[in-house]
Amino acid sequence: MGKRVLITGLGSFWGGRAAKALEADPGVEMIVGLDTEEPKIELERTEFVRADQSYSILARIVEATKVDTVLHTFLVVDSTHMSGRKMHEINVIGTMNLLAAAGAPGSSVRHIVVKSSTLVYGANQTDPAWFREEMTRTKSPRTRVERSLLEVEGYLSDFAEDNPHVIVTLLRFSNVLGTDIVTPVSRALELPLVPCIAGFDPLMQFTEEDDVVRAIEFVMANQIPGVYNVAGDGKLPWSEVVDICGKRRIPITPFATAQLASVFETLRIADFPPEFLDLLRHGRGVDNRRLKKAGFSYSYTSAGTVENFVHASRLRKTVGTGRAAYRYERDVENFFRHSPAVVRDPSTGD
Amino acid sequence: MATKRVADRTPGAELVHLPRQSPEESTPAHDPRTSDVDEWGRSERMRELARRLFDPLYRRWFRVEWEGLDKIPVTGGALLVANHAAALPSDAPVIMHGIETELGRPVYGLADHLFRGVPVVGTLWSRTGGLAADPHNAYRLLREQQQLALAFPEGSKGPGKLYSERYQLRRFGRGGFVEIAMRAGVPIVPIAVVGAEESMPILTKNVRLAKLLGLPYAPITANHLVFGPILGSVLHFPVKFKLRVLDPVHFDVPPDQERYSKSRVMDEADGIRVRIQDALYDMLRTRASIWFG
Repeated sequence: MGKRVLITGLGSFWGGRAAKALEADPGVEMIVGLDTEEPKIELERTEFVRADQSYSILARIVEATKVDTVLHTFLVVDSTHMSGRKMHEINVIGTMNLLAAAGAPGSSVRHIVVKSSTLVYGANQTDPAWFREEMTRTKSPRTRVERSLLEVEGYLSDFAEDNPHVIVTLLRFSNVLGTDIVTPVSRALELPLVPCIAGFDPLMQFTEEDDVVRAIEFVMANQIPGVYNVAGDGKLPWSEVVDICGKRRIPITPFATAQLASVFETLRIADFPPEFLDLLRHGRGVDNRRLKKAGFSYSYTSAGTVENFVHASRLRKTVGTGRAAYRYERDVENFFRHSPAVVRDPSTGD
Repeated sequence: MATKRVADRTPGAELVHLPRQSPEESTPAHDPRTSDVDEWGRSERMRELARRLFDPLYRRWFRVEWEGLDKIPVTGGALLVANHAAALPSDAPVIMHGIETELGRPVYGLADHLFRGVPVVGTLWSRTGGLAADPHNAYRLLREQQQLALAFPEGSKGPGKLYSERYQLRRFGRGGFVEIAMRAGVPIVPIAVVGAEESMPILTKNVRLAKLLGLPYAPITANHLVFGPILGSVLHFPVKFKLRVLDPVHFDVPPDQERYSKSRVMDEADGIRVRIQDALYDMLRTRASIWFG
């Protein structure tokens, strides 16, 4: 019997891409995806269920579908244009409900993969050059995203302790760039002049979105427990990142930066969530060797990721996204999945 | 929850065929770097430029003289420790410049993370081989990369002392530098520096101003009186620098231990402090002039 997978955040880049990758895996028998929004990419056999943001129906879904693997990607890491309350609802309450459902008596769940972020380490003056998975941040969290992600990780480690029969994998991704994903960093790099903080040129790491999907697939296929940093090899200064993008930097003052940033945000010129400002000042490095030791190999280095992002972004600017935007139509999807009129190939397991 | 459950994976998981690449087969990923800034922020090009600018100061202004440079290992990691002095410490650039030009190998300077928070200065410091004195950084540099790292165990208490206390070594922290060297399995090379103390002597300090500026100390130096408030904050007196490298200290303890005997660590740290102090007294006994050595 193959795996039965539940993916949260199917409408996000992470969940959608992971679902697509898992559909190609014959070892995966069934995929259910949850989200508040419809999926943005076309999926073949993934069942989409619309849920409210705190996942109150989750216990029933887990019970009814008998999933054995849960991939939790519905965690907000980009605080731009989102109220603190909503983020708390999604990240903390959503995870709490998910873990409650997975840990319920008689639950069929045996493996949980959670997508977190290297934001949990913060970016501070007192930081070491490299964070390993077992190290904690050097200053207490200041921003809402960081606090909520730390709470999520806390719930998860409690869950792992209470449920020793469940394999728990926590992946912490560093700044993700790629063809599709939109983050505060990618938005900044697409501006005509890229902001930097005057007098600072921090070192950063990047992860290619293909490596993100591959890392998720890797830990799911191998059922590896534990905490892992996911980040491309090497670090490069922000000036070099901008250089690879073929752009110029525009410095903002090192003093009263937050105030100036909020002016930019109000004028809708650029987005500066507080985590991004910290990153632009101090940078961050995470040690990716634990995942490599487990057998994973990256297709892109940090610099390679930036280069790939630029190429994709130039292509997009010239020819658009290159494919018609997909729109989820419930009736159409239901027809193809469940109507007896559709002839299905028995070898695919349908 | 990290590793303890690796053993009891779902039975049968290893039977699933996985397209896993062995490290030998996989080609290194394409890495389109455009600068030579390394993972610590050091750039050899920037360092080269700094050396070219600093060289006249090193040779003509400070007229630096070394004794026992051959005791610094040419290969392998080592932790260099020295006494620390002058309101704006002049010993760090002198030691780093000297070793890099004479031995041709990079020296990373470990300093207070305070540097990182200062615009421009922090970035320049980083590009020219400075980094935060964090035990994790030091371990990676010394153990995994076998580099030379320079540390000042007195911390900011060294440069922050008054002229009347010159060449009186402060406490060597809590011996953290010894513990790092033990864990990294590298020797400690003590260096005694004569000259830095007189290059920017502190006459008086203002505690309240220091607190206000968030600095470890806010000094009035003799340089301020001679060169004025701005130039005097950065320009050192042309004193004669003499450095003596002492015999390296090897620790016969296994590396990579979680913890080392605190009493042993404190003994070793104090032993090194005493040796540097004795060397300083010895060098000062024969010094005829601050300016000419």
